[in-house]
Amino acid sequence: MLQATLALGLAGLVFGGLLALAAQKFRVQVDPKVTEVLSVLPGANCGGCGYPGCSGLASAIAEGKAPVNACVVGGNPVAERIAGIMGVAASAVEPMVAVVYCQGSDSLAEKSAEYDGVDDCRALDQIGGTKSCPYGCLGLGTCVRACKFGAMYMSKDGLPVVIKEKCTGCGACARVCPRHVIDMVPKSKEVHILCRSYDRGPVVRKYCKVGCIACQACVRACPLKCISMDRGTLAKIDYSVCDNCGICATKCPVKTIVDEKKVASAAS
Amino acid sequence: MISLKRTSGGVRVDDKKDLSAGSPIEPAGIPGELVLFLSQHTGAPSKPVVKVQDLVKRGQLLAEPQGAISAALHAPTSGKVKAIEPRYHPIQGRLVDAIVLEPDGKNEVFEGVVPRARDLDSISGEEIIAFVREIGLVGLGGAAFPTAVKLTPPADKPIDTYLLNGAECEPYLTSDYRLMLEEAEVVIFGFRALLKAARVARGIVCIEDNKPEAISAMQRAMSPFPELDLAVLPSRYPRGGEKQLIEAVLGREVPPAGLPLDVGVIVSNVGTAFTLGKAIRTGLPLVERVISVTGEGVTRPSNFLALIGTPVSYLIEKAGGFSGTPGKVIMGGPMMGISVKSLDVPVLKGTSGIVVLKKEQVKKDKMLPCIRCGRCVDACPLRLLPVWMAAYAERGLLEEAERARVLDCCECGACAYECPAKRPLVQWIRMAKSEILAKRRAQNHARK
Repeated sequence: MLQATLALGLAGLVFGGLLALAAQKFRVQVDPKVTEVLSVLPGANCGGCGYPGCSGLASAIAEGKAPVNACVVGGNPVAERIAGIMGVAASAVEPMVAVVYCQGSDSLAEKSAEYDGVDDCRALDQIGGTKSCPYGCLGLGTCVRACKFGAMYMSKDGLPVVIKEKCTGCGACARVCPRHVIDMVPKSKEVHILCRSYDRGPVVRKYCKVGCIACQACVRACPLKCISMDRGTLAKIDYSVCDNCGICATKCPVKTIVDEKKVASAAS
Repeated sequence: MISLKRTSGGVRVDDKKDLSAGSPIEPAGIPGELVLFLSQHTGAPSKPVVKVQDLVKRGQLLAEPQGAISAALHAPTSGKVKAIEPRYHPIQGRLVDAIVLEPDGKNEVFEGVVPRARDLDSISGEEIIAFVREIGLVGLGGAAFPTAVKLTPPADKPIDTYLLNGAECEPYLTSDYRLMLEEAEVVIFGFRALLKAARVARGIVCIEDNKPEAISAMQRAMSPFPELDLAVLPSRYPRGGEKQLIEAVLGREVPPAGLPLDVGVIVSNVGTAFTLGKAIRTGLPLVERVISVTGEGVTRPSNFLALIGTPVSYLIEKAGGFSGTPGKVIMGGPMMGISVKSLDVPVLKGTSGIVVLKKEQVKKDKMLPCIRCGRCVDACPLRLLPVWMAAYAERGLLEEAERARVLDCCECGACAYECPAKRPLVQWIRMAKSEILAKRRAQNHARK
């Protein structure tokens, strides 16, 4: 008993010593800035910055390859702290939010087929989707599953909904959407034209009750002239000019344009 | 006759060819509108040479090939170019530019459509290749690969054998069968033209043993030509796949990511040979093809000679309309075809059939967890591991999926057909393939 304890204890001591020596000799030099920056980053590993996880971004910032405000999730507070670590001045980043540019829910958009297969929009997109609209949301919720912050859910009517307060603007949902109906938009913007169909008006009218019919009422109504017709068939807002007045939303005959102020007041 | 080599994988399927095998090929007629996609084929889309409102005649060039791998497009009948606009492409599942033609019903033939040669002695191999390019010929077996590209292999890849693919292993489809039965002489004439163009000394006609009448018709037509041989294959899906056919007939294995020319072989479909044979004699480009409109869901299963761009709805109407409630309309065969979500979509150069299944035939089986039984592995004709490829794809592990060789998968569907848990293996694999390729394109783009 005593012998065994002594032998094992001795062996432990010897090996422990060897390990300590090895740790000293083969130590990997880590830039202390990387560790510091990493400790400030949110740690969600969302990939919104384009680097593989927070540690990837931390080393990129430390090496000067990425700007100090590269973390979209952390926003300005994190950028300022990182700027402090790196000893530079941070320029303010406009916080972004995801907007789903389709209102073609199960009850408002025509369905032309049933689908039975892999539960993923990227798989459904390869065979054209189930709705008649070739541009709209496919409705299988791949974006919701891609969101690491619980900021999205599927509505009962089959469309993804963004919870604006929870959205960090990482853009994971926009990247995963095969139809590209999600865009990242400055959080301060409240008026959106929620349609991506480039079909002509009569065609859109046939398959969707809330799709842009290219009537151009919004183009004429906008006091700042910041709405233009993309490819002649889809109205788009220039967010760098728009001041959220919401006049266009009141003029839109098919309610494609949504004014979040109105929606919020209607809900409360 | 050729003795066959051992092959692996594949599944036995109920071929259901009786439905339309007895229906002779009949012209489908001229529909009210033809939609001709600029990308009918593998490779770069063709470039329009006509403008909206132009009047065109049957066989006139509508779009010219662009780049090394591309194919010309011709007007299937006379009429007016109504529009050049994006239309929904049933196979690519997205909007693709198309020339929309409004037929005038007169079916006037273009002046340039004149017979090229009566026999093969009066036309050289180079002339045949130029002619193949001119008529926009593509492989009519399904993939629609431009034939002229196949006929001009690089100098360091000598070709010794040309296989004519009449296996038609997809269930339901009978278009190749009817062609071999009714037009064996033209098919063989076209095949000999392909042999001459590719400077290949030996040609083998490959047919599955479930088509005895086609075998004897072809045998009669090829008997004067000692350079041609026949291989009769036991029917098993997907024996008609290019790589599987080469393995079964010649015992040669096409390397992963390789082409038949890597093992000295070219493969063409009987429909391709027929179109070329007919074109040499009449001058008519690839503007029509034989399409089986079949399945339990149509009243009168038929084989039509249909103009490229004819709407699916028109062909179903011609086949007597739906019988019962339709459950699924598939473009191509039931194994590899793609079900369409709208009957307004047009047929393409590569469409060999339209299969309509009844509502009660379309089962919606609940997908169950994989039990690692390995049936998909046994079924895979390429000796891949569908179970792992699909498992990686399902979890979005693209690098692992690539290492499991998902890009080598030919999407034959044998694995999903055999899966007792009803898992959509091929769909996952296809999803992973397109994600990997999209990622590669993005990386190449970033490098530039």
